[in-house]
Amino acid sequence: MFRVKEYVKAGSLEEAYQLNQKKSNVLLGGMMWLKMGSNYKMTAIDLSGLGLDKIEETEEEFRIGCMCSLRQLEQHKGLNEYFGGVFKACTRHIVGTQFRNGATVGGSVFGRYGFSDILTCMMMLDTQVELYKGGIVSLEEFAKMPYNRDILVRVIIKKDGRKAAYVSQRPSKTDFPVIACGVAKKEDCWYVSIGARPGKAALVKLTAGESSLAEQAQAAAEQFAYGDNLRASGQYRKYLAGVYVRRLMEQLKGEEQK
Amino acid sequence: MNIEMTLNGKLAKAEIEPGTLLLDLLRSLGCYSVKRGCETSNCGLCTVWMDGVPTLSCSVLAARADGHEITTLEGVREEAEAFGAFLAAEGADQCGFCSPGLIMNVLAMERELESPAMDEIREYLAGNLCRCTGYAGQMRAIEKYLNRKKEA
Ligand SMILES: Cc1cc2nc3c(=O)[nH]c(=O)nc-3n(C[C@H](O)[C@H](O)[C@H](O)COP(=O)(O)OP(=O)(O)OC[C@H]3O[C@@H](n4cnc5c(N)ncnc54)[C@H](O)[C@@H]3O)c2cc1C
Ligand code: FES
Repeated sequence: MFRVKEYVKAGSLEEAYQLNQKKSNVLLGGMMWLKMGSNYKMTAIDLSGLGLDKIEETEEEFRIGCMCSLRQLEQHKGLNEYFGGVFKACTRHIVGTQFRNGATVGGSVFGRYGFSDILTCMMMLDTQVELYKGGIVSLEEFAKMPYNRDILVRVIIKKDGRKAAYVSQRPSKTDFPVIACGVAKKEDCWYVSIGARPGKAALVKLTAGESSLAEQAQAAAEQFAYGDNLRASGQYRKYLAGVYVRRLMEQLKGEEQK
Repeated sequence: MNIEMTLNGKLAKAEIEPGTLLLDLLRSLGCYSVKRGCETSNCGLCTVWMDGVPTLSCSVLAARADGHEITTLEGVREEAEAFGAFLAAEGADQCGFCSPGLIMNVLAMERELESPAMDEIREYLAGNLCRCTGYAGQMRAIEKYLNRKKEA
């Protein structure tokens, strides 16, 4: 059970940051994940009053506030049109509509969960995170950074012309993924992201070669480490990754040729 | 701490502990349709609307409702009864414990999606679990309910 003694609706990021420096305090995103733990916290710091619940689209990028819900990602027309519907694809199987109305982008990305569909999807794109104190860093780098007490203010995704596709496999609908795969392509470069291995999403880049897509997909899938857990074995995950990466490559290649 | 919200169209003031869940506050205010099921954000039994958006009240602090509009089944009684009749006609409410959450989400879906296909309905309602019916009766009831105007 998650319990708190005080609740503060932060009036500024600075106030939230200062409060968050105390280990006994906690930032609230959608609270879905936090609630699963049994924690007693002094102060819950609510970021919901800071106007960070919007997705802004400019000529160069999408700027996604940390308090945007997963449902906003799923339904945002601009994001989905630009990136071939991957944000709908990566969110639609996460629990249910009400859940996705609550769970936030900030909580999902800051958490860097191994099973995360969101991290996997964003990783294949030119994505950066804006940290209140840490500034702007690439998502790839952020995923490797140790946890600290900074605030993830927004996620920035560049409109760099990448075409993207996404797929996950789950034991049953709405369950956690057994494997999550994203493939993006820009010119002759493939960006392959695989999560739920069960380790968190990582990125592999390869130059599109002369060999078959099956061989290229296999070469990409081989570069990740896979492990066992109750949901699936590492061996099975590795096999699935090769198949799904090939299918996503074929899908993107097919769209390119249209 | 003190909060103020609009609950089912009326101003409601409450003194709450900072850690109070919205679910507990609503039940303490007499909205017994709001049910506690899994409490892990999975079952949808606790669904209410926050500013018209279906929300899991087990996973929101009541403090967050301050200044917002909350709707429970008690606030959409007539519509709930109308849809409830379709559930009953299809034998789709055996123990009935999940019905309030399901009804709130179906009514939200009706407002949000125009003529949804069965796949879209299933996807929208994937977060409403039922352990009795096997969902087939519910789906029939929903389909007939959404088509009622066409057929009238
Ligand atoms: C039952 C269940 C099933 C799920 N299934 C899936 C799934 O299939 N696929 C998937 O991708 N995800 C899944 N998730 C994860 C979910 O999508 C969210 O990623 C997760 O709940 C975190 O988001 P939140 O808004 O609830 O964050 P919270 O629970 O509020 O916060 C999570 C952590 O992030 C911190 N935090 C929140 N916001 C910020 C910020 N702006 N800056 C810094 N720190 C912050 C919090 O302090 C906390 O430590 C599941 C979660 C649950 C509970
Ligand atoms: S009690 Fe809220 S989702 Fe189950």
